[in-house]
Amino acid sequence: MFNSLKKSPSIKSQDAANGKKGQLADSTGSSHIIELIDICKSYGDTKVLDDITFYIRNNEFITLLGPSGCGKTTTLRILAGFEQPDSGSVTFEDNDLLVVPPYLRKVNTVFQRYALFPHLDVKDNIAFGLKLQKLPASEIASRVDQALKMVDLKGYENRWVDQLSGGQMQRIAIARAIVNKPQVLLLDEPLGALDLKMRKEMQIELKQMQQSLGITFVYVTHDQEEALTMSDTIIVMKQGRIQQIGTPTDIYNEPRNAFVADFIGESNILPGRMTQDFEVDFCGHSFVCVDPRFEQEEVDVVIRPEDIQIVSSEGKALRGVVSSIVFKGVHYEMNVDTDNFSFMVHSTDPVDPGTTVGLHFDPDEIHVMAKSDFSPDRILTISDHENDEISHEEVTW
Amino acid sequence: MKKLLKNGYMFLIFAFLYAPVVVLIIFSFNDAKSRAVWGGFTLDWYRKLFQNSDILSALRVTLIIALLSALISTFVAAITCLGLQSMKRRLRGVIMQVTYIPNVSPDLVTGISLMLLFFFIGLKTGFPTLLMAHIAFNIPYAILSISPKFKQLDKNIYEAALDLGCKPHQAIIKVILPEIMPGIVTALILTFTLSIDDFVISYFTAGNQISTLAITIYSMARKSVNPQINALSALMFVTVLILLIIVNIRSGKDSKVKVGTRGGDK
Repeated sequence: MFNSLKKSPSIKSQDAANGKKGQLADSTGSSHIIELIDICKSYGDTKVLDDITFYIRNNEFITLLGPSGCGKTTTLRILAGFEQPDSGSVTFEDNDLLVVPPYLRKVNTVFQRYALFPHLDVKDNIAFGLKLQKLPASEIASRVDQALKMVDLKGYENRWVDQLSGGQMQRIAIARAIVNKPQVLLLDEPLGALDLKMRKEMQIELKQMQQSLGITFVYVTHDQEEALTMSDTIIVMKQGRIQQIGTPTDIYNEPRNAFVADFIGESNILPGRMTQDFEVDFCGHSFVCVDPRFEQEEVDVVIRPEDIQIVSSEGKALRGVVSSIVFKGVHYEMNVDTDNFSFMVHSTDPVDPGTTVGLHFDPDEIHVMAKSDFSPDRILTISDHENDEISHEEVTW
Repeated sequence: MKKLLKNGYMFLIFAFLYAPVVVLIIFSFNDAKSRAVWGGFTLDWYRKLFQNSDILSALRVTLIIALLSALISTFVAAITCLGLQSMKRRLRGVIMQVTYIPNVSPDLVTGISLMLLFFFIGLKTGFPTLLMAHIAFNIPYAILSISPKFKQLDKNIYEAALDLGCKPHQAIIKVILPEIMPGIVTALILTFTLSIDDFVISYFTAGNQISTLAITIYSMARKSVNPQINALSALMFVTVLILLIIVNIRSGKDSKVKVGTRGGDK
C-alpha cells in the first residue's frame, strides 16, 4: 500500500532505498548533492547509528526528526565533519566526503546554542569565515551587510554578542553561516532555545530564506510540528535507525509503523488482524479498509482522533462511553471507552461525560501498518512530549 | 552591645593577623638600629637596600625566576587544560584531583623531594634547578586558574571555527585563546606572585651559588640584626599584596560576568 499511495516517484525510490543499497544505485543522479550509505556509528557499546542510508537532493529542505538520542544530531555532525562514522560512506557531489576535513567542506553549521564568538562583535562574527578566505575588505563589508539585511538585523554591526537576545543571537548565527554561501546549510535544532512565538516566526523566515537563497537545508529537530511546517522531506529516526522517509503529508497520512504514527501527531493505535484484502478486524469487529493484506495477519491499526465521528449509538458496531472531555481551543479532546480500547476523539461538538455514543470512521481513515518493535502491545505508550529536553549526544567540546 | 562584641572580635582577629606586618613596616622607617626603640623617621634603610649588591643580585634572580616560571608554567598549564578538554570526564576528574595534591602538600616536602630528585639524576643545584622547581610548583596553580575558563567555554565554539574554515591550530588561536585569556592573565600574575613569595622550596633547590630575595632575608636575619631586612620585607609584602589584590579583583569580575550574561541566554 505504501507504493500505491506514493505521490512522487523520487520519494518512492528514497523510501525503497532505506536499508536497500541496490535500489539506491539506480536512483543516483546529479540532483543528489549528498548521499549517505550504510552509516554505522557506536559510542562504546551503544549503537547510535545503525545502517543509515538516505540521500539529499539539491535545494531541498530535509529534516531529521526524532526524539533525543535517536542519532539525528550525530548524523548531522558526520555531515559537518565533527564525527567520523565507524562504517559506511558519505559522498558530496559524487566525491568522498569523509576524507575532507571540516574546514574544507562546502557546508556550514548553525549550532543549537548559537556558538557565536563572544570576543568579537556582530560584524566580526559574520565576517569570520570571509576573512579566513582572505577576501578583499570591500567585498567582506558588502557581504556582511547583505547577510545582516537578510536576517533583519541591520544596524547591529557593532553590538557585542552578549548584548543580543536569544532570537537575535540565532539570527546572527544564521547570518554567519549563510554569508559564506555554503552549498548545504546544516541546522542543529536552531530554534530549540527560543520561546514558542519566536520559534513560529523563525520557522517561516527560515523556510523563506531557504527558498530565496536556493541552498539545501539539512535541519535537525525533535519538534514534529516544526518538521511538518518547514520540510520538503522528513526522515523520522528512532534508536539510530530510519523509521520512515517521506514528504510531510506522507509521514502524517501514511505512517509506516506505530512509532511514526505516535510521534507525528496524535493517534489511536490498536492491535488488529487482517486475513484478507480490504478488511481488518479490531475491537471485536470487522471493518472495511483500503489496504490489501500484509504477509502477517497481525497488524497495527491507526486512526487519527480528528477522523473519528461521534454519532448516535443506535445500530453502531462500535459503541463506547465518553469518559473525559477537555477543551483545547480549536476542538474538544474526548476519550471514549469501548470494551477493548479507549479512543481519543477530536471534535468541535462537546459530549457530556457518561454519555454512550457510537464511533464512526470511513474506510479510508483506517490506516493499517505492519507490526514493528513499536507496536502498542509491545510498548504501551510512547510519549512524544518526553523529548523536550535538549539532547547532548556528544561529550567533546 | 552584640554588634560591638562582633566588631570587636573581628578587630582583634585582624589585629592579630596584621600587627606583626604593621610593626615591621613601621620599623622599616625607624631611624635607629634597635628593633624596640623608635628613633625618628628615615628612608635610610631603603636607600641602603638598593646599594646592597647581595640584595640587588638576589632581586635580579628572583625577578628572572618569577618571570620565566610564570611564563613557562602558564604555557604548560594552558596546553594541559586544552588536552584535558578532549578527555573522558572520569579521567579528567582524576587528573584534576592529582593536580590539587601538590597544593596541599607541605612546601618542605615538595622542596626536599625536588632536591633529592635533582641529586638522584645528578643535576647540580643552581639556577636551572631553581627554575624547574618553581615551574613545578606553579603549574597546578596555573591549571586551577585556567581550567574554569575552559569550563565556561561554549562547547561548540571550536567546531564553529572549524566549520567556518579554520584549521585546528587557527581555531585555537583565533577562538579559544581569546576566550581563555582572562584565565591566562590571572595565572601569570598568580604564579609570578607565588614565585616571588616562595622561600622553602627555593631554599632546598637553589644551591649555594645563587640566592633569591627570600633566601637572602633569611640568611641576613640569621647573621645580624639589620633593619634593611625590615625594609626589604616591607617591600616584598606590599608587592605581593598588590598582586594578590589584582588576582582577586580579576576573579571576582569573572564570576560576575558569568552570572550576568552566560546565565541569561538559556
